[in-house]
Amino acid sequence: MTTLRIAAAGPMTSIQDRGRSGYRRFGVPPSGPVDRRAFAAALAAVGASADDTAIELSHGGLALDAGERPFVIAVTGAAAARIDGFELGGWCVAGVPAGARVQINVRHGNWGYVAVAGRIAALSWLGSRSTHFLAELGGGRIRTGDVVPLADLDDHLAAAVIEPPPDHVPITTARIVVGPQQRFFDDEAMHILSSGTFNASARFDRMGMVLGSPALRPVRVDMPSEPAVRGALQVDGEGRISLLTADHQTTGGYPRIAVVVEPDIDRVAQLAVGSPIRFVAVDAAEAIAITRAAAAADERWLTRIAAARRAKPSLLTANLIGGVVDALAEL
Amino acid sequence: MSAPVFRAAGAGALLADFGGAIDDAVFARVVALDRALTAAAPEGLIETVPAYTSLLIVFDPLVTDHVAIEAHAAPLAATLHAHLADAAVHKVPVCYDGAAAPDLAEAAERLGVSPEALITSHLSGEYRVFMYGFAPGYAYLGGVPEAIALPRKPAAVRGYPVGSVMIAGPQCLITTLPMPTGWWVIGRTPLRVLDTDAKRPFLFEPGDRVRFVRVGGEAL
Repeated sequence: MTTLRIAAAGPMTSIQDRGRSGYRRFGVPPSGPVDRRAFAAALAAVGASADDTAIELSHGGLALDAGERPFVIAVTGAAAARIDGFELGGWCVAGVPAGARVQINVRHGNWGYVAVAGRIAALSWLGSRSTHFLAELGGGRIRTGDVVPLADLDDHLAAAVIEPPPDHVPITTARIVVGPQQRFFDDEAMHILSSGTFNASARFDRMGMVLGSPALRPVRVDMPSEPAVRGALQVDGEGRISLLTADHQTTGGYPRIAVVVEPDIDRVAQLAVGSPIRFVAVDAAEAIAITRAAAAADERWLTRIAAARRAKPSLLTANLIGGVVDALAEL
Repeated sequence: MSAPVFRAAGAGALLADFGGAIDDAVFARVVALDRALTAAAPEGLIETVPAYTSLLIVFDPLVTDHVAIEAHAAPLAATLHAHLADAAVHKVPVCYDGAAAPDLAEAAERLGVSPEALITSHLSGEYRVFMYGFAPGYAYLGGVPEAIALPRKPAAVRGYPVGSVMIAGPQCLITTLPMPTGWWVIGRTPLRVLDTDAKRPFLFEPGDRVRFVRVGGEAL
């Protein structure tokens, strides 16, 4: 067992696994990573199982001090890494020498992931190590000064670039299914939703993201609390839209005008502040078809990432090469 | 009584909306469909989420779809025997004394009653667990007597311990986390609605009934 010392952690850093289900009826949302694809890619790139954990981070970054053993990390999502000052960028697998300082920052998006070849030891709650951030249940938040235990470290992976997802550009048009609380909106609000350009805002956390203007006023706000889902576009009394994400409240009294179709949810949540986003309606059957096609494409992509894993040259080879270089140097 | 309207909630969920207002008759049908789906789960069902007037049916869109789920749920909803009479009843001890009841005096003053009258009224209520929300383990209990229904505070206040018993409007809630709240904290219970170590981590099922019983500070 070795450890990672957290030299500095931004305010939204936590341990996540793929999430939990079965407890929404008790007020427990799915949690898990806000960007599920980037998270899954980080795990696949280091040979971890899809049920394993990774560190999620956002603005404010993360600085790690490696312990006495070298190890290997994968960095994905909006994160980019620097190891002992050497710039690596994002979507990569990199070796971390013993005692090194790893600095990870989020750029061009909101959420980044760091997976470790081996295991990040973390607490489980209700069958998952995902952190429900507000309640601090599950694997837990990561704070400056924390010591994160690592187990089963495997440092034989070669440094590599990770293939980004097929549509690795900021999303500009997200597909939505209208409803389920459409009855709270008039034709004008529906027209604004389908024709307006909204903007990602800096007001986001693991529960959701507020989207900038135009306002969509509900015709009334007397809704009895109804269950909510991830991806819902929830409208408050001022007409402000929020996209609900991983740690969303499971029920609530604000109407949801529409729900973003599964593969587009996390891409909207990754939009950098000010990025424009428009919405186009599809029906429920189209939403299913889109979701299935995206899941199949993601599976193929994750399989390619796993297949691209390479061991770094063995010590023996490295020594031989070293020997040759040394021999040449003596000429 | 009319059948629920089924509405898509994105790619992976269907909302069965029973319409109407917040009352026991509508809610009994929500609970009945919840139980029926649990007893005879359609393929691809992940979970169900009951609320006052609606039930969310969450499913795996890679396995099933809205049409199949509605085809399964609609006949169940049409033949529901809605009854809440067999719901479990929980006795919840509450201490209304001193530091356990930080808002009791102000709430009583706003209501124009004595603190003792507020306590008596709160104890007289027949409460029902309608749903969970807000945060893990936050169970919304309906049934606060009208005489002590107070609008929530204008701003949320921090620093209330877990187990705080609080009221706002017709609702009562027992906190499971030290979260800020705009509700009026009128007592505290040693009981934990959310016990992270327990085999059954959540004390109440939606539909259950709750009775409050007065205890002294030594019970906390």
